[in-house]
Amino acid sequence: MNAVVDSGRPMLETRGLRKNFGALEVARDVDFTLHAGARHALIGPNGAGKTTFVNLITGALDASGGDVFLNGDRITHVSEAGRVKRGLVRTFQINTLFTGLTVLENLYLAVSEHAGVAARMLRPVGSRPKVVAEAMHLLEMLQLQDDAARLITELPYGRQRLVEIAIALALEPRVLLLDEPAAGVPSAESHIILDAISGLPEEIAVLIIEHDMDVVFRFAEKITVLVSGAVLATGTPDEIGSNAEVRSVYLGEGHHA
Amino acid sequence: MADANMTPQPSPAVQQLLRRHRFRVVELLPWIAAIAVFYLFPGYRLLATQVLVLILFALSVDLIVGYAGIVTLGHTAYFGTGAYAAALLARPEWQETLWNVGAQPLVGIAAGTVAGALLGLISGWIILRTRELTLLMLTLALTFLLHELAKDIDGLTGTLITGGFDGINFTMNPILGIFEFDPIFYSTNYWYAFAVLVVGFLIVRTIVNSPFGATLVGIRENVRRMHAVGSPVQRRMLMVYVISCAIAGLAGAVWVQVQDNVTIAVYEFELAGAILIMVILGGTGRLYGAFIGVLVYMILENLTETVLGTDPPYWELVVGGALVLTVLFAPRGLLGIGEDVSTMLGRKRR
Repeated sequence: MNAVVDSGRPMLETRGLRKNFGALEVARDVDFTLHAGARHALIGPNGAGKTTFVNLITGALDASGGDVFLNGDRITHVSEAGRVKRGLVRTFQINTLFTGLTVLENLYLAVSEHAGVAARMLRPVGSRPKVVAEAMHLLEMLQLQDDAARLITELPYGRQRLVEIAIALALEPRVLLLDEPAAGVPSAESHIILDAISGLPEEIAVLIIEHDMDVVFRFAEKITVLVSGAVLATGTPDEIGSNAEVRSVYLGEGHHA
Repeated sequence: MADANMTPQPSPAVQQLLRRHRFRVVELLPWIAAIAVFYLFPGYRLLATQVLVLILFALSVDLIVGYAGIVTLGHTAYFGTGAYAAALLARPEWQETLWNVGAQPLVGIAAGTVAGALLGLISGWIILRTRELTLLMLTLALTFLLHELAKDIDGLTGTLITGGFDGINFTMNPILGIFEFDPIFYSTNYWYAFAVLVVGFLIVRTIVNSPFGATLVGIRENVRRMHAVGSPVQRRMLMVYVISCAIAGLAGAVWVQVQDNVTIAVYEFELAGAILIMVILGGTGRLYGAFIGVLVYMILENLTETVLGTDPPYWELVVGGALVLTVLFAPRGLLGIGEDVSTMLGRKRR
């Protein structure tokens, strides 16, 4: 299985990616490769720079040095929106939704942007029922259809997390970065999120940031460990699990499996 | 992609989204009221005309403040520029140079619209890179700058251009060469403002109901998320800003045309603040909030002045009080209260 993944072509690559906030180095020469169809996890202790790394890849933060490549193209200076258009999509660690709008409207905004109709201003939303139908279709895929008319603020947190994933899927990603998709979800509900993630289309390259080691070892075929903004190790779950250095800095604290 | 025709019964949420732009009967109400006012209160036609123009101005403000969430305290910059554009074109001394078309009302409003849009494009390109308080201060600064310019340009250039504090008086030609402006009964003036408002309103209504309008609300609700769904946020904001400034310029042009003069007041901060208060009073991001807000504000001002006099200006106290009450108890404005009441009544009926 891992051999198959490794032979895939690199979909996302960073070379010498750096970020400083003044004297504080939050990403140190990170070389990272995500292959086509990968199921890859990024782990590391709190403050290791995992979310910063995602922000650098997506362009939400400007890198201090190094490069990001998507499917072979250098996208280091492409805008955040431009990267999304090229298929680089993320979810947020903390729900980042249009809270005052309905669930369907949230999806509509993503679908209309992706379909390239979002700048049209002469005809009403209702003149393109296919875009709305597509938004509804995505909600059905994640079993959110009954919540379509509800405001985001009326949804339990766990269902909001599903909306995050639905929005990401609406953008038809080639690379999907999931930033702690189950964070803040009661454990009784987290299986819904995990099912959704397991059900992601195979062709999408997925990078998941996760604290829950059970999730990581269940989902990931490959794991990268980030410590203090630098890559400590990359390998299969078995390799990482048996890596003494990793165990001492990271797994030793929280892993009781 | 799911085929809409294949689903036998689209869900209520889908239907709601697909039908949102449809006209409802209740939307005729403000227009019927506007027609009725003309006949019922002939003595108040100047005030009523001003209300119509200010509604258009308020709509332009609501488009950026209420929908896109771009705060501004300086929209008079564009209103005033549209006003001066139309007024300068209508200056009697310049008519010959302007091939005698300068005083044509439609030429004036076209010029006001373009002037507002151009200024919006240039200023927006710069100031929309900032947010919140910085943006607020920059919009304010632009208005002050233009105010000083309009006031002092005659002295600086040594020629009579804006007329400084006194402004410019002029006479408009008949609309389309047929309908003469009427400085006593204000009938043509009123219907002219009415017609422009109808057109302006339909433009704004079309925009807010379009996919573009939906993205504006998205920008207001969560900019980070808009970036993350691949939306070119900066471009969208500039686009709506230019449209809003064009409409503000249009309103400014009509404002001076129906009154046959322009004064420095069109650039004053007082008006910029007042128009924002009107939009907040009525309810932001709701189209008809502009109608209600302007109406209530103007009536409050007028009524207080009539009852208590203009010195001291008690009406400022009344309007200020109304604003405080609105912000504290009805953050969605008077229209928000109306929505709540109708929801409550609807529940009772069921």
